[in-house]
Amino acid sequence: MSSLLSASRGLRTGEAALRRPRRSEMWARAAHLGLRAAARGRRGFTSKADPQGSGRVTGELIQHLERLSLVDFGSQEAVARLEKAIAFADRLRAVNTDGVEPMESVLEDRCLYLRSDNVVEGSCAEELLQNSHRVVEEYFVAPPGNISWSKLDEKQPFSHR
Amino acid sequence: MAAPMLRWCCPGRRFAFAWVGCGSCHRRGPPTGSTSNGKRGQSSVAQQPHFTAQKPREGEHEWAAVVGLEIHAQIASNSKLFSGSQVHFAAPPNSLVSFFDASLPGTLPVLNRRCVEAAVMTGLALDCHINRKSLFDRKHYFYADLPAGYQITQQRLPIAVNGSLAYSVCVGRKPSRMVTRTVRVKQIQLEQDSGKSLHDDLRSQTLIDLNRAGIGLLELVLEPDMSCGEEAATAVRELQLILQALGTSQANMAEGQLRVDANISVHRPGEPLGVRTEVKNLNSARFLAKAIDYEIQRQINELENGGEILNETRSFDNRLGCTVPMRDKEGRQDYRFMPEPNLPPLLLYDSGSLPSGADPQQVINVDQLRERLPELPRVTRERLVRQYGMLPEHSCALLNEVGLLEFFQNVIKETRAEPKKVTSWVLNTFLGFLKQRNLAVSESPVTPSALAELLDLLDRKAISSSAAKQVFEELWRNDGKTPAQIVAEKKLELLQDPEALEQLCRSTLEAHPHVVMDLKRGNARAINKLIGLVRKATLGRADPTAIKEVLERQLSS
Repeated sequence: MSSLLSASRGLRTGEAALRRPRRSEMWARAAHLGLRAAARGRRGFTSKADPQGSGRVTGELIQHLERLSLVDFGSQEAVARLEKAIAFADRLRAVNTDGVEPMESVLEDRCLYLRSDNVVEGSCAEELLQNSHRVVEEYFVAPPGNISWSKLDEKQPFSHR
Repeated sequence: MAAPMLRWCCPGRRFAFAWVGCGSCHRRGPPTGSTSNGKRGQSSVAQQPHFTAQKPREGEHEWAAVVGLEIHAQIASNSKLFSGSQVHFAAPPNSLVSFFDASLPGTLPVLNRRCVEAAVMTGLALDCHINRKSLFDRKHYFYADLPAGYQITQQRLPIAVNGSLAYSVCVGRKPSRMVTRTVRVKQIQLEQDSGKSLHDDLRSQTLIDLNRAGIGLLELVLEPDMSCGEEAATAVRELQLILQALGTSQANMAEGQLRVDANISVHRPGEPLGVRTEVKNLNSARFLAKAIDYEIQRQINELENGGEILNETRSFDNRLGCTVPMRDKEGRQDYRFMPEPNLPPLLLYDSGSLPSGADPQQVINVDQLRERLPELPRVTRERLVRQYGMLPEHSCALLNEVGLLEFFQNVIKETRAEPKKVTSWVLNTFLGFLKQRNLAVSESPVTPSALAELLDLLDRKAISSSAAKQVFEELWRNDGKTPAQIVAEKKLELLQDPEALEQLCRSTLEAHPHVVMDLKRGNARAINKLIGLVRKATLGRADPTAIKEVLERQLSS
């Protein structure tokens, strides 16, 4: 399924995949991997990777990342590139940020525009469906996934999630 | 309070449990230590505190269950949270989808003012602290009905926190009394809804309809202060009524406007909290309590047999009446939360902090919204009890049915009968007829004016109460006749002539000496036979109490 989804999203496998995600996303992902003392403390990658040590990324971690991001770390070169990215991000730790309020967004001084509650868009099903590889009666078609086990559901051809 | 949660014998006794056992539930304060319950978990790979329940000690047969809820309510607005496409329940697939909803590149989110107001109003109604600054985040996961691959939500700093929801449960039997319980509201946040997926297992494909994608949702997280299915169901019901009164959501579970997920764990009182499971797919009020109770019982059974509870996600199968594991989470989900880069922080103001010269369309004043809050259900119920002297259960019942309160108030306006009489007629007779025929108040053939007229006749003692019931049945048939006309046609008027009544009573007593002797010998119930005979003689046009009075007078003389 992951390869199908990758295909539909236009992601290519191999090292090119690492260049695909936008810079900011890759940066954020790498930063999250590396930073251990994140304010929320929810991300506990410390158990899987060893950022402060050798900078080696375990096979288990690669599998986990592949599943999460649907990026195929096919080659050893890709893994090496990842390790370099982590090491690069680790340099953030050289900066002492004690008592400094983190900046969440470059837009933090901007005003958030509020739109009034009017209907101004929609009714373009035909146009949107043209983007899809497969279409069934005005529905997009996707491969199945995330269904519950109950075998009795076989009797019901359609079930809403 | 007596012993904690009783030992659950069988689900069939749930009703009794709701009245007795639930009322004596062991009330515990906020859970200390454990972070597993109530938190919107599964958010990271980080270890969840894993507590295995200890083997049951000899002589200890009590379990306490802990239930937390995550409720998603669809905001009642014209357009979606971040785009201008329409919000509507039934529409041709993918016809209410904008380019942003379909996640086409180059589109950006634009926040809908109405959704923010809805969130603030809901927060105020639940006594929450409204965060003057809240932030938007992206929650990433891959699923076909989430075209962007992430959902915009408010994880770090939601719009409202630390509120409470009060609900009433019935405790004890004869006399039963209404007890108010509260459940803490951890937070309220704005988030996007996902699209709908229809699974076609025969052809191994999933059909995606994005009409629902992007609709604004209020996620309300309730702390695990509830201890059984009944409490959870009652809390949800109360929340429904509040949302409907505010107009922020229609909260109709059948139409998917209100969705509930429950986090359930069990433990021995005094010991740490147990491992929790999450039960999803609780989309009907009827099955909510049932599913939660089943899961609690399942966990108790499992632990008592020496097994252990897995921290997993389960779904409720309505037909089998049990929870089943869902396979979709392979290991823990990691949502990789990150700040939404396209949205600045959301700032709210109050009358004191309102920037001068600001465009009113672009600022939201919390104080102004607080003033405009409508009457909440709890206040309405108290007012009804005060104003009309009815029991709290009655006011609950009036609010529980859509349109019933309005009907009741219209009848009160037009009739001179006592409010207690009106209450009784509306809740017993009228509602009974509706339920029997499975009708909504709006579909009732009897109008408030008709009922008011009928009650006036009763009040004037122009007809007896049994005659009134007959008239009501006639009215239900909706032949267009007024109560007065029906009474005239069927000759249901009460005998107004006291002399005639005396005459009839006397003749009945003379005609049935055996019954009279029986009565004189001490059989008090013989009087009912006499009353019945007189009533027959009057063709049902005499009031039984009046008959009894006359007979007793005549017998004693």
